[in-house]
Amino acid sequence: MNFIQTLLKGEEGLFKPDTLTPMQKMTLRFVVVGLLYYGLVVLEGMIMRGYLVKPVVGLIPPAQYYAILTAHPLVGIFGSTYSIVFGAFLFLVPYLMKKPLWSIKIGNWICGLVGGGTFVFWLSGFITHYAPLYTLYWPLPADFTQFSLWGGIFFITGIALVMVGTVLFVINIFKTITYTPEGMKKQPAGALLGSALGLSGFRNLFTRNKKEHLVSLPVAAIARGTIDAALNSGIILFTGVLILVYMIAAVFGVNLKHSAVDALLYKNWFWWGLDLIADGLVLIFVAGTWYLLATLITGKKLFMENIARAALFVELVVSWTVWSHHLMSDQAQPGILKIVSGEMVTAFELITQGLAFFITLVTLWSARPLKMTNPLKFLLGGLLGFALAVPAGIIQADLGLNRILHNTQWIVGPHVHVAVLVGLTMTLYSAVYYLFPVLTNGARLYSEKLANIHFWCHLLGGIGMGAFMGMAGLQGMLRRTIYFEGEFLPFMILAALAGSLILIGFAAFFLNIVMSVGLNGVIGIFLPSKLKTKDLLPGK
Amino acid sequence: MVDSSLVLFGQTLAYTLYAVAIMAVMGWFGYRVTKQGKGREIKPALFYTFVGFLVLAGVSLHIITHETIPWKPMDLNRSAIKADKTFSINIANQKFILPAEKMVIRKGETVRFNVTSEDLTYGFGLFRADNSMVFQMQVLPGHMNDILWRFDRVGVYTIRSTEYSGPKGIGMIEKNAVEVVE
Repeated sequence: MNFIQTLLKGEEGLFKPDTLTPMQKMTLRFVVVGLLYYGLVVLEGMIMRGYLVKPVVGLIPPAQYYAILTAHPLVGIFGSTYSIVFGAFLFLVPYLMKKPLWSIKIGNWICGLVGGGTFVFWLSGFITHYAPLYTLYWPLPADFTQFSLWGGIFFITGIALVMVGTVLFVINIFKTITYTPEGMKKQPAGALLGSALGLSGFRNLFTRNKKEHLVSLPVAAIARGTIDAALNSGIILFTGVLILVYMIAAVFGVNLKHSAVDALLYKNWFWWGLDLIADGLVLIFVAGTWYLLATLITGKKLFMENIARAALFVELVVSWTVWSHHLMSDQAQPGILKIVSGEMVTAFELITQGLAFFITLVTLWSARPLKMTNPLKFLLGGLLGFALAVPAGIIQADLGLNRILHNTQWIVGPHVHVAVLVGLTMTLYSAVYYLFPVLTNGARLYSEKLANIHFWCHLLGGIGMGAFMGMAGLQGMLRRTIYFEGEFLPFMILAALAGSLILIGFAAFFLNIVMSVGLNGVIGIFLPSKLKTKDLLPGK
Repeated sequence: MVDSSLVLFGQTLAYTLYAVAIMAVMGWFGYRVTKQGKGREIKPALFYTFVGFLVLAGVSLHIITHETIPWKPMDLNRSAIKADKTFSINIANQKFILPAEKMVIRKGETVRFNVTSEDLTYGFGLFRADNSMVFQMQVLPGHMNDILWRFDRVGVYTIRSTEYSGPKGIGMIEKNAVEVVE
């Protein structure tokens, strides 16, 4: 097949969308949406990297720069990561529980709501420059002297759509774990739920009559992370409604007093909710995915499985009590919260994530020699990302060091971007490479060379960008600030070059996937399935 | 008092060494995991030793910084410490309202900055001439935001907001607003 034929029909024409089950199509739709938004995030990131080298105010005014800065992490978290993770877990939970998904229809709705909601808030920011950043510090989101009122209304509505999709995801996951499919023996819903949430495991600690775990460890991880997703969506929806109240009042010409909402209380509330993602579901989902990939790659039982289960439970509790590390520079925040929640509970993340890191490595080690496949190399990259980013986070969650690190490029470089780009994204790529032949009924990857380019460019670009941002941060460079006089130029040039590697890596991956499934195949994913079945895979 | 630049130098050194070490370990692991092993089982004792190491690292970081970074205990006890000098600063409409064009401090003095906001959440940071940070804090509307700092070096410092307050806030810089003299 020549290049054009492969571009249209995929590698050797092996990918045939007509053979896909509705479940496979639903999962692949999530992946396509997630990857397209990831591409948008990379492009936006590169625009901002260029702007930090040389702010071209004539081309991109500061208001537009901040609109990009507002949309960038939200598109990354919701449009890209949520899409890929939701799609993967809506497939994996029924796959691991050996029963159909509770509702494929709702699954497709979730994809539409998350993808559509992301487009709505991105577009409203792009057009109106609504830019309170993802932190939404009160009362900035309701400052209509700087921001468009209608832009804000559409922006918040877009976020709300994503949250509705998230709530449906939570329902679909827990219903799938607990329901009894038609024609199957009645399943113990309560016991399954207890096992998924870790209650039965907790009870086992205090009883001689130990009960068997009814759900596998990855399903337990997904269930526990989903608890945080549910709580988080509640917090964000409530916050969105609060902001909308101010907006709708303003539409009717009533200016509500900002002081009616206490800025510190709001900040505590908001960070409590936001950390359910950053320090909750991300870490829990990632640990669960590491465990799953390690067992799938090696075919071996997980090392210290019971401890891993317990650590996931601890991580869930930690995620509910860790938020105050974001308020260490808020002088009105009580000192006891800064020490207990900010320093001590945060330090637990070093332990829980360190355990997951160790357990995964030992499980891989026990199966030597392993072939360095794409899933394995990306998994190792993901492990390295968190091994770099978690200690960086522990360092900044210290009262003494936070005084000179807060809101510098250190926070977003070695911590946030290395965690998200290297740790999280490479873990997701590992899962994508692993699931690719399963979800496509044996389609073949177009080029191993492109996969290697993807790996090295992404790994070196992600670590390099984080490192140069961190160096600038240690020299005093702030995040969320535009420097017009080239104050940190050498670091920003190097960070931009490293960022370019990430872009090259993504381009290689994108080309590889498109050439593997073909443009016709991509379109076929979005057409209704011809198979009328709830089975996950054809004939199974 | 130990200067914040020295603390940052120490942090840079420690984290760089750690980053290089963990990358080397992962590189070694990636190479070795593809080779035939001796089949020796990893004992749980090694796992529990690793857990102990993580606990030690997590706890000792905060104890070490408490004992070596002077502004950490000072900040926690700041309400009980009497300042040699107090400056009250207000912020409104993305503009610092300073008590004087230049706030002059004598070397060795402990100074309290009381900063209030009339409208949005801002930041208050002090920066050296080379743009490196001396310290910062958040400034929330409706709350008293105060920081205590002891100045042991002669120098001229710039104030800038360290928190985003909308695009109008990008110019929140008061150059050379603080001077420490002999």
